[in-house]
Amino acid sequence: MAKVLRRERLVPNIHLLEVHAPEVARKCRPGQFVIVMSDERGERIPLTIADWDAKRGSVTSIFMLVGTSTQKLSLLKAGDDLPVYVGPLGRPSDIQNFGTVVCAGGCFGIAAIYPIARALKKAGNRVLTLIDVKASYLFYWEDKLKKVSDRLFVSARDSRYDSKEYIPYKLDSLLKEEKKVDRVVAIGCTYLMYRCAEATRPAGVKTMVSLNPIMVDGTGMCGACRVSADGKTKFACVDGPDFDGHTIDWPELFARRKSYFDDEVKSLCAFERERFS
Amino acid sequence: MTEKLEISAELKERLKAGYDKEWRKELRKSLPVKERMKIPRQKMPEREPEKRNRDFGEVNKGLDVEAAVLEARRCWDCANPGCVSGCPVSIDIPSFIKLIEKRDLVASIRKIKETNSLPAICGRVCPQETQCEIVCNLRKATGVPVAIGNLERFISDFERWEGQVFLPEIPPSTGSRVAVIGAGPAGLTVAGELAKKGHRVTIFEALHIAGGVLVYGIPEFRLPKAILKAEVDYLQKLGVELRMSFVVGKTATLEDLKKDGYDAFFIGTGAGLPNFMRIPGENLVGVYSANEYLTRVNLMRAYEFPFYDTPVVRGKRAAVIGGGNVAMDSVRTAKRLGAELAAIIYRRSRQEMPAREEEVKHAEEEGIEFHLLTTPLRYFGDDKGRVKAMECLRMELGEPDSSGRRKPVPIPGSEFITEVDLVVVAIGQSPNPLMAQTTPELRVGKWGNLEVDWKTMATGIPGVFAGGDIVRGGATVILAMGDGRLAAAEMDRYLKNGQR
Ligand SMILES: Cc1cc2nc3c(=O)[nH]c(=O)nc-3n(C[C@H](O)[C@H](O)[C@H](O)COP(=O)(O)OP(=O)(O)OC[C@H]3O[C@@H](n4cnc5c(N)ncnc54)[C@H](O)[C@@H]3O)c2cc1C
Ligand SMILES: Cc1cc2nc3c(=O)[nH]c(=O)nc-3n(C[C@H](O)[C@H](O)[C@H](O)COP(=O)(O)OP(=O)(O)OC[C@H]3O[C@@H](n4cnc5c(N)ncnc54)[C@H](O)[C@@H]3O)c2cc1C
Ligand code: SF4
Ligand code: SF4
Ligand code: FES
Repeated sequence: MAKVLRRERLVPNIHLLEVHAPEVARKCRPGQFVIVMSDERGERIPLTIADWDAKRGSVTSIFMLVGTSTQKLSLLKAGDDLPVYVGPLGRPSDIQNFGTVVCAGGCFGIAAIYPIARALKKAGNRVLTLIDVKASYLFYWEDKLKKVSDRLFVSARDSRYDSKEYIPYKLDSLLKEEKKVDRVVAIGCTYLMYRCAEATRPAGVKTMVSLNPIMVDGTGMCGACRVSADGKTKFACVDGPDFDGHTIDWPELFARRKSYFDDEVKSLCAFERERFS
Repeated sequence: MTEKLEISAELKERLKAGYDKEWRKELRKSLPVKERMKIPRQKMPEREPEKRNRDFGEVNKGLDVEAAVLEARRCWDCANPGCVSGCPVSIDIPSFIKLIEKRDLVASIRKIKETNSLPAICGRVCPQETQCEIVCNLRKATGVPVAIGNLERFISDFERWEGQVFLPEIPPSTGSRVAVIGAGPAGLTVAGELAKKGHRVTIFEALHIAGGVLVYGIPEFRLPKAILKAEVDYLQKLGVELRMSFVVGKTATLEDLKKDGYDAFFIGTGAGLPNFMRIPGENLVGVYSANEYLTRVNLMRAYEFPFYDTPVVRGKRAAVIGGGNVAMDSVRTAKRLGAELAAIIYRRSRQEMPAREEEVKHAEEEGIEFHLLTTPLRYFGDDKGRVKAMECLRMELGEPDSSGRRKPVPIPGSEFITEVDLVVVAIGQSPNPLMAQTTPELRVGKWGNLEVDWKTMATGIPGVFAGGDIVRGGATVILAMGDGRLAAAEMDRYLKNGQR
């Protein structure tokens, strides 16, 4: 059992969840995640650790509303108990002084990239952050990101920010603009990570992506999270979640993420019926 | 499979003390062996195959009192009981059986619990036919052993129904703290034994429900979760603390726990790493490891989806690769979730199938198809990346290999393709590598198993012991518990010697 300290809507489709989990807070490093279950009948779902406070014993994640589990999380209040909150899982991101690093994030990845950018900055890198949002009102954590980035570039389909173009295009032009980019880190929806990896492939800039296949236990026991990297099957929860984006079998990942599409709709309908009847 | 165990001096004495009791002598005299041998083995009542293969209710209904007493009467009460040498936890089998014959059921359950803290589980899932029952003297004489496992199940169910679970007296606290890592049968046994000795025990478990394979692997229709829960409640009554959702190696390392003040450790993290065949198409949607398939259904209750949130693919044509208990559990689960065809694909012959006889029989009754001497070569997917067919190859038995089993060899040109929309790969599990990765001082064997001194279950690190599947690879519940008992005795000695 873990206590919810705070649950708050940041922007219309994205919420923040801060949980009292002192052991996780003591141990976690950038790039790791937790597995959460909202209630006794819930599903175990992974969420990246977006921030933590070891003194307060708290861990923060940001989640995007997609289906039943995230709907349920969005109804939590401070003081509620989570039957499952386990972590920190996965391998931490590789943090070194690489030189210039581009951090690209979209949707929940805007938060997920934050601790990585912070650690990269601290390790002495020049950090260029690229953020992608559908609309400017969906952007959050601007202040936090500004503090850890040498440059922050935001792209939204309306015209309030720097550009309207989809971030992989911006990544492409940035690679040309900058004399030297030593590494790219991309987190967000699968499509965004895939496109970022493709954008850097021609120049051969190493691009780490934080993969988000469906998981169950998160400890290497079930194999639900298997992805193909360099033609070899890997378990994202223990071998990842970070992988070199140029080695990933993306079509397989897309298909595996859609494994339960019909069931998810059914589940959401059942949940809504229960909630509103 | 059978390990003929040595009968220790302690056990010999224990057996003799029971054997020499006056009431035992009288009971033996009350019915001549000849008469005893006329009693047929009492059949385990089962639910009808056509009904039970559509739900998750328990298949075996259990013996009633009269049948249990009759079955107990079959036992000769041997002076040199063979049965005991087949039980890894050294239950005084004749004593508990004779107490059933005497109808002193309360004493009978206490007898069992002297050495086995989880009898309701062992009575259900122990491979009795290759352990205690294979060495029963009655079997040696007639081929039909006393139904020891069924009696064990009967007596523990009796205790639960009565609702008077017997709590032993716990000695004053020793002040020592013990960390048990993993809440499978090995870890639960260690926890129970050490709590009874007055040590403060905490179990750290990665998942959110205790039981290990008993909760995430073995299905409800074979081992109802309520039984496991009763056993775990019992441990809590003994004062054992449970820390769920705690992955040792991640949430804290063994080193961290040492700093937190734990004096001794038991690693019982099991063999949780699923093996795959590494053939084309194995990552298609609808191809599962048995661990994932069973975890979704058992632990996460996908059979009650969408009331429970976790989904699982419900195939119409299901193929399960493998021939062990895990494969039987998977294929029978697929049938229960609506598969019209649920088939076992196994590369050797029926004789070599490692699954328990009873499980195979139940599967056959439930309409499971068996494709023996067959192996999958590849899976084919549709345009959405879902499995839609598989190619298989037929085999025949060749020369015996090093293990003495006749090796299957492919029949050239025997490939065939069949439609499937669900595949479960149940070809074995390897030890979970997490502890070894984060505790470099641990000695790791060829198969990723932890190496221990088999006499004490001690790893190379002082105060750190291990047992169950993490040292044996995929074994059995009762062997895991046997390891747990041995380790607990050694840990108690270690703690009392003040080696801290
Ligand atoms: C390592 C990792 C880190 C992640 N971090 C975050 C994060 O910080 N914030 C965030 O919003 N999302 C994150 N995700 C994705 C998040 O887990 C899914 O959005 C969530 O599980 C959806 O659940 P749902 O019931 O609301 O939606 P559903 O309706 O069940 O599913 C919607 C989609 O989410 C994915 N999904 C469903 N169940 C799971 C599951 N058990 N495990 C993983 N993916 C699943 C599937 O692709 C599915 O099509 C992460 C995923 C992984 C693997
Ligand atoms: C489907 C199936 C059917 C079976 N049927 C039978 C049968 O009929 N009869 C029989 O005798 N045997 C059967 N077996 C085998 C038997 O279940 C195992 O041999 C036995 O459970 C091993 O016990 P264990 O305590 O060593 O490990 P497990 O039962 O595997 O338990 C290990 C526990 O440790 C936890 N864990 C792992 N790593 C960590 C960590 N780092 N930190 C914290 N916790 C951790 C796991 O989550 C798990 O709960 C079956 C196995 C399976 C999979
Ligand atoms: S625990 Fe297993 S081996 Fe021992 S008596 Fe019971 S059924 Fe037989
Ligand atoms: S060997 Fe068989 S007959 Fe003899 S005591 Fe044991 S169970 Fe009874
Ligand atoms: S989530 Fe089960 S192995 Fe990764």
